[in-house]
Amino acid sequence: MKDKNVPRAKKANVRNRTSQIYFHLMLLPGMIFILIFNYIPMGGMVMAFENFKPAKGIFGSDWVGFKQFERLFSNSDFYELIRNTLVISLGKLVIKLVVAVAFAILLNEIKTMWLKKSVQTIVYLPHFLSWVVLAPVVFYMFGINGTVNSVLSSLGVDKINFIGSNDYFQGLLIGTSIWKEFGYGSIVYLAAITAVDPGLHEAAAIDGASWWQRVWNVTLPAMVPIIILMLAIDVGHVLSAGFDQVYNLYSVRVYETGDILDTYVYRVGLQQRQYSFATAVDMFKSIIGLVLMLSVNGLSKKFLNRSVF
Amino acid sequence: MIENTDLRSRVRVGLTYFVVIFAGIICFFPLWNVICLSLSSNWAITANKVGFYPIGIHFQSYKKLLEDTQFWRSFLTSVIRVALGLSINMTLSVLMAYPLSKTDEEFRGRKIYMGLLVFAMLFSGGMIPTYLVVKQLGLLNSIWALVLPGAVPIFNTIMIKNFFVGVPKSLEEAAVIDGATPMQVMLRVYLPCSKPVLATVALFSIVNHWNDYFKGLIYMTKVKNYPLMSYIQSISVDLQQLVESGASTEEIEQAAQLSNRSLDSAKIVVAMIPLLMIYPLLQKYLITGITIGAVKE
Repeated sequence: MKDKNVPRAKKANVRNRTSQIYFHLMLLPGMIFILIFNYIPMGGMVMAFENFKPAKGIFGSDWVGFKQFERLFSNSDFYELIRNTLVISLGKLVIKLVVAVAFAILLNEIKTMWLKKSVQTIVYLPHFLSWVVLAPVVFYMFGINGTVNSVLSSLGVDKINFIGSNDYFQGLLIGTSIWKEFGYGSIVYLAAITAVDPGLHEAAAIDGASWWQRVWNVTLPAMVPIIILMLAIDVGHVLSAGFDQVYNLYSVRVYETGDILDTYVYRVGLQQRQYSFATAVDMFKSIIGLVLMLSVNGLSKKFLNRSVF
Repeated sequence: MIENTDLRSRVRVGLTYFVVIFAGIICFFPLWNVICLSLSSNWAITANKVGFYPIGIHFQSYKKLLEDTQFWRSFLTSVIRVALGLSINMTLSVLMAYPLSKTDEEFRGRKIYMGLLVFAMLFSGGMIPTYLVVKQLGLLNSIWALVLPGAVPIFNTIMIKNFFVGVPKSLEEAAVIDGATPMQVMLRVYLPCSKPVLATVALFSIVNHWNDYFKGLIYMTKVKNYPLMSYIQSISVDLQQLVESGASTEEIEQAAQLSNRSLDSAKIVVAMIPLLMIYPLLQKYLITGITIGAVKE
């Protein structure tokens, strides 16, 4: 018995050792790319503490400590950027949640299957389209000569400059973003609704609960965990207010209300070539974002037993 | 009393249908309108007459678009980029997902790799250091700049890993007894079982590569190297530049009138066609993508 077992254990051991080597080799190519394009740039963030000159390189540029950050925090633009970023992303977060949940509840009521399927097909579509092609569509709809304004003027209302005015631009960003994402966002909520035990609805109906009461007391409570989870994910990304959308829709006239951290980093960094300063702004954003995501994840693990990312 | 509630519920159902259909129309109209614009004559467009159907229908814009060599060069660049990017993304993420799907006992060191991946997903060095790395590597103006940064789609890798964890162990054991190496096990046992997740991830990767304009914009210094979305972005920015240069409202209006809205619409429509072609597939795998997309340790 013993004699038989020894070689088998040995064989398993050898096999185990060769598979370890295999595993490392399989991870190697991907890790090389991660190292080059993720971790080396992280190291490159030290340029936020330098006065980086491309000719001198990362190692040759002058060290200036926290000067870039001091410049950032003493800049009144910075507070405007933070305000814009938060207003736009919180507006999107809250309204999208309400619209997507409401839409999921209503869609679930539709019993005509072909209609339900067609509407789903249409409302999920914009999520997959790039802001590059949607921006002109937004211009055609909301421009001075756009469809909305021609409807307004036929109603005798003055034309509104949605795209070029600071009064409307944030609303336009929030509105068009919800237009693009509410359908896709409703998928998870619809899944949560269909997972509710129909017996609960029947019991409530027998007890004389109206439709509203059933939605309020049966459907919505069943959706709470997924709603909190989705909120947590969004809160982790609250400093990313949607670069692609803003970049493709904004202009210098609406910088006051439309410029966000990401667009600022791009303009100052890559267009004006203030590499160090822009990296400092980006670093500030990344660190706050990381802290937010880790805390949200901690809370979610503690209370929902689920990891966010 | 009964009639009353009956009436009320009928009104409610009616309203529900109305709201849902209305939401559908709101999403559909702007996109449909672009198709109509691309087929309409310019006078109808400037007079703002085009709504749900084309007016003065013609195909001139599409004919003109055929002559736009840069548009088609960019289209081809995008197609090559999608093919290249998709193959790189899939190969690397499948290779990484398999060892990561093992338990800590089966693969010592798994935790370290996993930690490195998750951290890279949550924290980034930012736009400028990444740009400088790509520049230092001499990738500017090369198609590799569009596919190598982001060669490993970390979120997708984790999705595949989660799916692999659910593949029955007995299948693998049988193959191992027959003397299969881990690589063979992955190719012959895991991949055939994982079609839904692979399809989902592949579709996400196609959409990402097709839609991305930003990498093209910053890593390509010559317009002739632009992928399609960067090219479209750069032409629609022309008007914006005019606005930014502080031109008067009249000048901008004039330029907007002169810009050929029908032709621009045709460009948008053609740029959307590849996506619309894979959209039925995308929709089929949407739910898979959403339900397995979370890190489970």
